[in-house]
Amino acid sequence: MPTATQGKGVAERSMGLGLRWLNRLAGSDLLDRIRIRKQVERALFNGTKNGFRTATAAGRTFKAAQTLGKPARQATGKSRNLFDLSPDDEQQMLQEGVRDFAEAKVRPVAAQADAERKAPAELLVQANELGINMLGVPEELGGVMHEQAAVTSVLIGEALAHGDMGIAYVALAPGAVATAIAHWGTPEQEATYLPSFTGEDTPAAALALLEPRPLFDPLKPETKARREGEDWVLDGVKSLVARPGECELFVVGAEAEGLGTALFVIEAGASGLSVEDEPAMGLRAAATGRLVLEGVRVPATALMSEGKREAYVECVQRARVAWCSLAVGTAQAVLDYVKDYVNERTAFGEPISNRQGVAFAVSDVAIESDGMRLATYRAASRADQGQDFGREAALARRLCSQKGMKIGSDGVQLLGGHGYVKEHPVERWYRDLRAAGVMEGALLV
Amino acid sequence: MINLEIPKKFKPLATQANQVATEVFRPISRKYDEAEHTYPKELDMLASLIDGMNEGSDIGGAGAAGVRRESKGGEEGNRNGSNLSTVLGIIELCWGDVGLLLSMPRQGLGNSAIASVASDEQLERYGGKWAAMAITEPEAGSDSAAIRATAELDGDEYVLNGEKIFVTSGDRADLIVVWASLDRDKGRAAIKSFIVERDNPGLKLDRLEHKLGIRASDTANFTLQDCRVPKEALLGSPEIDTKAGFGGAMQTFDNTRPLVAAMAVGVTRASLEETRKRLEEAGVEIDYDAPALSQSAAAARYLEMEADYEAAHLLTLQAAWMADNGKPNSLQASMAKAKAGRTCVDVALGCVELCGSLGYGENELLEKWARDAKILDIFEGTQQIQLLIVARQLLGKSSSELR
Repeated sequence: MPTATQGKGVAERSMGLGLRWLNRLAGSDLLDRIRIRKQVERALFNGTKNGFRTATAAGRTFKAAQTLGKPARQATGKSRNLFDLSPDDEQQMLQEGVRDFAEAKVRPVAAQADAERKAPAELLVQANELGINMLGVPEELGGVMHEQAAVTSVLIGEALAHGDMGIAYVALAPGAVATAIAHWGTPEQEATYLPSFTGEDTPAAALALLEPRPLFDPLKPETKARREGEDWVLDGVKSLVARPGECELFVVGAEAEGLGTALFVIEAGASGLSVEDEPAMGLRAAATGRLVLEGVRVPATALMSEGKREAYVECVQRARVAWCSLAVGTAQAVLDYVKDYVNERTAFGEPISNRQGVAFAVSDVAIESDGMRLATYRAASRADQGQDFGREAALARRLCSQKGMKIGSDGVQLLGGHGYVKEHPVERWYRDLRAAGVMEGALLV
Repeated sequence: MINLEIPKKFKPLATQANQVATEVFRPISRKYDEAEHTYPKELDMLASLIDGMNEGSDIGGAGAAGVRRESKGGEEGNRNGSNLSTVLGIIELCWGDVGLLLSMPRQGLGNSAIASVASDEQLERYGGKWAAMAITEPEAGSDSAAIRATAELDGDEYVLNGEKIFVTSGDRADLIVVWASLDRDKGRAAIKSFIVERDNPGLKLDRLEHKLGIRASDTANFTLQDCRVPKEALLGSPEIDTKAGFGGAMQTFDNTRPLVAAMAVGVTRASLEETRKRLEEAGVEIDYDAPALSQSAAAARYLEMEADYEAAHLLTLQAAWMADNGKPNSLQASMAKAKAGRTCVDVALGCVELCGSLGYGENELLEKWARDAKILDIFEGTQQIQLLIVARQLLGKSSSELR
């Protein structure tokens, strides 16, 4: 039996080799010299499209530590008496730390990570060291937060996405699995998986709900789990999973026979589990791919929350709030950027910001992004207080999808032709902001 | 600790205001929409009730005077005070009827102006009276710096001359707060507001307007002809400080914009609630968990409108909360007003469309709310003026750079 690190090393090496090879081929002058670039690219494209599949990483061996008799859960926060928009001291500290990190470390590498479809490994380690992936883990299981931390998660998502949405996605994705297990896992699942999220060597992991089809409704997944004896057997395809090839652990949503929608914990390396590359318009630093389940057999203990529908629905709602937080941070990045640009750019002998047509567009970015922010905060704050927040999550999502995309579009528009080229980040934000209304699952608050 | 729910201590106030809206405003809503210029006498009793509510409450009430900024006096921590409670009260009352709220005795915009900038002596002297606000002129609307009305000091009195239009409650109020220039060569810094008693012989009512909506509220046009007021009627400082500029007069607006935003939020909610009820009767359920676009077009449109409502509502609460906590909120006040104003119009008109002839017909109130809504994106600074204010602040522009 390989040790965890060996297993990961092998997986990384084989994936890395494949990518390096492709990269080298694509960058080679040879192709141009012998004029076969087009053909090779096409062959590569088809090869990728028709199942350039790799096995999932044979990850570490997860072993139950001490199992608690009942699941450990973070406490619901006390109901708060006053309307308040100020984060508490602890949240402020975390927020500032992540903001600095996003500005100093994330933003400078965002363009490259987008182009290469890879976030620097060291950056992800550093982000993890900030503690962003253990916010949902109860104190009894090595976490740091005693109470539920949806608002804290939102503040962090917002701050990180101000640096880059794609990097924020891949950095926060493992935390979604930890939060899911902490919220809806059995005592055994908690004991088995959570300890690895509170240490330094946190596994890559993904919460996979989204499926590739129009009008996808996460409450009606086409991924099926059928019973075979004591086991569950899963079939289906999950979409836009952050770096699935490196993941060691998945939480997957499926329609479970006799139960309805439910969440399952699946370890990488399970037979029948494979990944396909799925590059998208944006979120490219997250190296998105599909997770393909073909007769994946898991034991009965893989089922979370006894298949209770409420758990699944709450998972969908918390994910929506999390994506909103990323949209809010990205929208703020657009606002900050275009403010400076329109003041510096001159046309007809004066800054273009002297024109109402330009200035009003900036006002609208500010107004709508603030509305998105407040709606997102409200949903998260209700979640922390144990109140229903489905309505608030849905409305925040509408805003972040619609206004967020408008902000992305206006960001490019305000820079004109300069906005369309990669010299400026607004074209990336345009691509990333479309994700807020598309993504389901994948992140949690 | 971040929390965007209505604080418990304001629930009784909101409930009370909602009862007034339900029991007093809604039943007479159509009546005074039809009987334009008729004074809604039902409101007299109500006004006394609201005065009583304000007196007996330590948190401020639903009234226009709630905007007075008190220093926090070294008080530590988060505060939910009269700005927030006023906004909450207004939302509920305008859910009932915005025209009737504007007609509430002693709750005029002039009252807010007095509450914002009056000295203690002036408060003493003019407190308890109903004050309207006269800013707009035929040639000066949004451009209030272009005001032509003049005020000339003559001994112990100012002599006012000019023409004022669109004075809400101008016919019914006891006092009119008139904006006039002390020196037209000195621009906006010279513009001051003066309290004029309604029965001043120099104040002549020209006519009352016939309007698209808020017909329960009278809108008066006046001529000021050698209208004499005592020196003490000037609100704020008589100094013409060209550096401070418009500050004094505009300070009122930072405080009242959230109130108008609140009116818009109230009308928006009324339209949405009625529409949802009608849609449900027609078999359209709104599902928050299913993706909006996989539901019916009507449900998706409703969700879109409700999302805008949510943003407008929260921006309005934010602006009021900031005022309560002594944070400068000029930017947020304008953002709230801009968002709430345009949302109100979009939603009210969208609701009429969704409900079809039921929405368009006068049997229901939806068409009335759609007419009322439009003024909320105009008075107290139009949509465009709000965008201008927001842009100037964000971009660090002067009014000569970004015009």
